[in-house]
Amino acid sequence: MKSTLFSKKNRKLLSDPLGDQNPITIQVLGICSALAITVQLQQALVMSMSVVFVMVCANMIISALRNVIPSRIRIIVQLVVVSSLVVFVDQVLQAFLPDVQEKLSVFIGLIVSNCIIMGRLEAFALGNTLWPSFLDAIGNAVGYGWILLAVAFFRELFGSGKLFGYQVFPDGWYEAGGGFYLNNNLMILPPMALIVVGVIIWVQRSRKSFPDELLEEN
Amino acid sequence: MKINKDSNIFTFSFAIIMVLIVAISLAVVSESLSSMKKANKEDKKKINILSAIKVDCNRDNASELYQEYIKGSVVINSSGKPIEGDNIDAFYIDVKKQYRNKALSKEDKIFPLFIAEKDGSKYYITPLVGSGLWGPIWGFVAFEKDCNTVFGASFDHKTETPGLGAEIRESFFEDEFIGKKILDENSSFVSIDVVKGGAKEGSYHQVDGITGGTITSDGVTNMLKADLEIYNNYFKTIRN
Repeated sequence: MKSTLFSKKNRKLLSDPLGDQNPITIQVLGICSALAITVQLQQALVMSMSVVFVMVCANMIISALRNVIPSRIRIIVQLVVVSSLVVFVDQVLQAFLPDVQEKLSVFIGLIVSNCIIMGRLEAFALGNTLWPSFLDAIGNAVGYGWILLAVAFFRELFGSGKLFGYQVFPDGWYEAGGGFYLNNNLMILPPMALIVVGVIIWVQRSRKSFPDELLEEN
Repeated sequence: MKINKDSNIFTFSFAIIMVLIVAISLAVVSESLSSMKKANKEDKKKINILSAIKVDCNRDNASELYQEYIKGSVVINSSGKPIEGDNIDAFYIDVKKQYRNKALSKEDKIFPLFIAEKDGSKYYITPLVGSGLWGPIWGFVAFEKDCNTVFGASFDHKTETPGLGAEIRESFFEDEFIGKKILDENSSFVSIDVVKGGAKEGSYHQVDGITGGTITSDGVTNMLKADLEIYNNYFKTIRN
């Protein structure tokens, strides 16, 4: 049983979106939120976890219902499933993590518009059984999440000199304390997120010799 | 009998059942969490009020410290006259709701004012509400007993841009207000402006704006001007 659960094909479902088929760097989906909430690591982490939750639940619900959903309203059904899960996440955060919820504010609601989620529902969950859908959701959501965290890492470190809100560079380094260093304000501004994502894409593609071929394969 | 999945009847029934299930389950979630959300909101309000008089607290001890420092409250109307009434509790007046309600004229609005005592001195804490770039901004400004000098300020927002306008709730911005005055030498009301490009040195009525957060900064300026003018009407009566 175990060998079929984690067969080569299934393992690929999980690992591809982390690298070769990463939703952000290869498919360039879900860029909007990658730009918006990567100023601080904590926000990026909660956002990633919320996306993992929404994506796994949505993919499995749609996969379970795939033989019943009328094809003419399937996009609406997907939208309703995703948005109710998002409202649920928002409510839970409001009740249990009010401080984080305040910081993420509108972006939790904007998970609905994350193209990755709708894309996977339409392209994968509608045509596959529960287990592969689950793996596909985990793979894509984590693939999205780690890029988010990577971008947030650079932006928070160089933009505010902090990681997870804790100061990294000693006070003495800063100009105010007689040092040589200044935080790079550009890092905090949205354009820098685009540049950091761009650099990650560049590094990834230059390491693969035929990136275009890789795209066409699928 | 085989169900025709493409028939209108099936499509409609599917949609109706789906909407019912979703609506009921979300309503249940929202209702069952509502008491926690309400408590969170009240704690947050207490934290904000207390931080205007520079009392640091967290969600655990907010209620306790609030009892300790906030000694009283007044509710005034837009011309600065106190309103009496048994069923008016200053803490529960939702100034944000009043602000949003466009049908409510300025004369019909009521304004709570909190009176705090810290280290033997009396402070007046005014709640403020205004608009930022994306949504509401609000804050509490505490005045010393001359009803003119700012003792402390705390601001907050709902949806301002993280890293830019959202910085109004950071202490580097809030602390700029300390020691500023809302009256000029002739005791007429001038408020405090948040100035793009930096405040004039030594000015009692200007603070530095936030880079990249100009519209939020302007929102703070407008909020201070509009609301403090009303509280100033009341302050006039108690200043002497």
